[in-house]
Amino acid sequence: MPESLLARRTRFLTAITLVLALLVLYGCSGGGGAGSGGGAVRLQGAGATFPNPLYQKWLSEYGKLNSQIRIDYQSIGSGGGIKQIKEQTVDFGASDAPMSDEDLKSAPGQILHIPTVLGAVVLTYNLQGIQQPLRFSPDVVADIFLGKIKRWDDARIKADNANVALPAADISVVHRSDGSGTSAVFTDYLSKVSQEWSAQVGKGTSPKWPVGIGGKGNEGVTGQVKQTPNTIGYVELAYAVQNKLPVALVKNSSGNFVEPSLDAVTAAAAESLATTPEDLRVSITNAGGANAYPIASYTYILAYQDQKDAAKGKALVDFLWWGIHDGERFAKDLQYAPLPAEIVKRAEAKINSITSGGKPLRSQ
Amino acid sequence: MIAPQLERPSPASEYGARARRAPWRSLLFSATGSKGDTIFRAILFGVALLVLLLVASMVAAMASNSMLSIREFGFSFLLGRNWNPIKDDFGALPFIYGTVVSSLIALLIAVPLSLGIAIFLVEQAPARISRPVAFLVEMLAAIPSVVYGLWGIFVLAPFMREYIEPPLARVFGWLPLFQGTITGIGLFTGGVILAIMITPIISAVVRDVLAAVPVSQREAALALGATRWETTRVVLANAASGIAGAIILGLGRAIGETMAVTMVIGNRPQISASLFEPSYTIASVIANEFTEATGDLYLSALVEIGLILFLVTFIVNAVAKLLVWSVTRGTSGTARAA
Repeated sequence: MPESLLARRTRFLTAITLVLALLVLYGCSGGGGAGSGGGAVRLQGAGATFPNPLYQKWLSEYGKLNSQIRIDYQSIGSGGGIKQIKEQTVDFGASDAPMSDEDLKSAPGQILHIPTVLGAVVLTYNLQGIQQPLRFSPDVVADIFLGKIKRWDDARIKADNANVALPAADISVVHRSDGSGTSAVFTDYLSKVSQEWSAQVGKGTSPKWPVGIGGKGNEGVTGQVKQTPNTIGYVELAYAVQNKLPVALVKNSSGNFVEPSLDAVTAAAAESLATTPEDLRVSITNAGGANAYPIASYTYILAYQDQKDAAKGKALVDFLWWGIHDGERFAKDLQYAPLPAEIVKRAEAKINSITSGGKPLRSQ
Repeated sequence: MIAPQLERPSPASEYGARARRAPWRSLLFSATGSKGDTIFRAILFGVALLVLLLVASMVAAMASNSMLSIREFGFSFLLGRNWNPIKDDFGALPFIYGTVVSSLIALLIAVPLSLGIAIFLVEQAPARISRPVAFLVEMLAAIPSVVYGLWGIFVLAPFMREYIEPPLARVFGWLPLFQGTITGIGLFTGGVILAIMITPIISAVVRDVLAAVPVSQREAALALGATRWETTRVVLANAASGIAGAIILGLGRAIGETMAVTMVIGNRPQISASLFEPSYTIASVIANEFTEATGDLYLSALVEIGLILFLVTFIVNAVAKLLVWSVTRGTSGTARAA
């Protein structure tokens, strides 16, 4: 009968509503309980996506040691990280590229750059039947991405790869389509090694690429390269290692062809110490040194030197201190290059300089 | 059908007269004067108003956030072909072109396909086939677009490169549309993946529309000696405005689609005669560049391009509605059945 059917349906709906209401109530009380646990400090961070796996690992490890401190990190991109720290909507920001002078000037307070780890960008390609890794000189890389070297059997590519049977085929270039720190590092490198690149394209997270098609994210570039013969693209070192992509050796400024590896990246940072300024905002692409891999960069956490809330500031300072010391040991497993010892020292000085109401927070 | 004017005074027509004197009253006070009806009406009115407010506030927010870019570039933003965040030079034309053309390709493929599916399911297939097929088609509509995107890179793009684009280039190569390097990535593949994504939506709605056409119409046609095909044409004519609505719904999704398209369209802001060349859409460039955009002018330009997407959607929908109106005007009596 229709009535009984209706009644049954109504009862069913009521039951579902009750269950949902209970769930919501349970969720609320759970959330409230965690927040009100005896003077717990909550920190909010946001920014770069590249170091996100490492930062999440840090948060969970640090959370085990300090149950009183709860830190959240949202990987919304470096641009968002810079924007939010400037607007003071987060306690710390994160960015792959250091902030520009302009950005620093327009911020309401002095922002410090604390380097956490290093990353690298590698060239990957799809050439069938070629086993040994390709070798590239800087000018060749620039001219491929400028569209001036159009074919794989170009004499200049052959010059560096004498024993490789390069195909007589057009080169298809793949680049990132999304704004990305990876693109920023790569174009920073190309701007240093090629005047023409510097003049025509420049460096940035979303450059106007002279040639090629865009893939979204590391996975998009990798997908495009894997699926299309005779392509070349660039991805993060960590991504290339985890997915066992073929990677090229790149000639560094000392004239050595260097295979991208975590040690070669840390070496690039160590070799750049002389040129690293006091505020640690530095580009380490095209670094000198025999073993330095030339396409690498720091990634930074951004924090105000003067913290408004002493309790929060203290928690942040302790977390940063732990990160650049104990946290570094998680870096290699996740394919990030740890900081060289000298940079750790200089980052320590930065962390020590963070104050609240004129009092240093670290020595408390 | 349009109700004939009633001579006898009724509560409804009195109410109508009152509504004409003060139109806003008809929105707030019910015809019957019952309290419950009034409250119900007020709630509905509020909900409807909320939609308007939402749209208005979105437009206002986008307009105010894009002021910087609007002042800097003015009208040339619409016609500019350069998009260079490093040099702070922005033009939206390649993105508008990519959005409109990829959506058109999608419609050209999806509309005949969806109509075919819907007609088959409603008019031809026995229930034991049509139910599971209809279920599958509707399930396709629920697949997240990023999944379509990854499938696009790994399956569709190579398939287009090997089997679809080379024959097209051989047969229609004399047209500029089908010239150029074949990579499987580009405007054409972007259009095809959009077509695949909007087909389930259009066919599901058209199926419901066709099913709503009274059986008496079919019986009448058959009784007059019409063939199956002729009967279907009668049903289609009855459902014309509903079908048009379904197509507009699909078009709306195609224009706004982001993830799947960006995976296969090549993301290159250029206007090329060839459909095989990479292109870019408005929704994709916003999704791609917004998170890492620093610099006020850059952000402002991205917001302005969002505003343009809003306008493009509005114009396309308006044109579609006009088209529907001009097509169904002659058959207004029957078109309302849907």
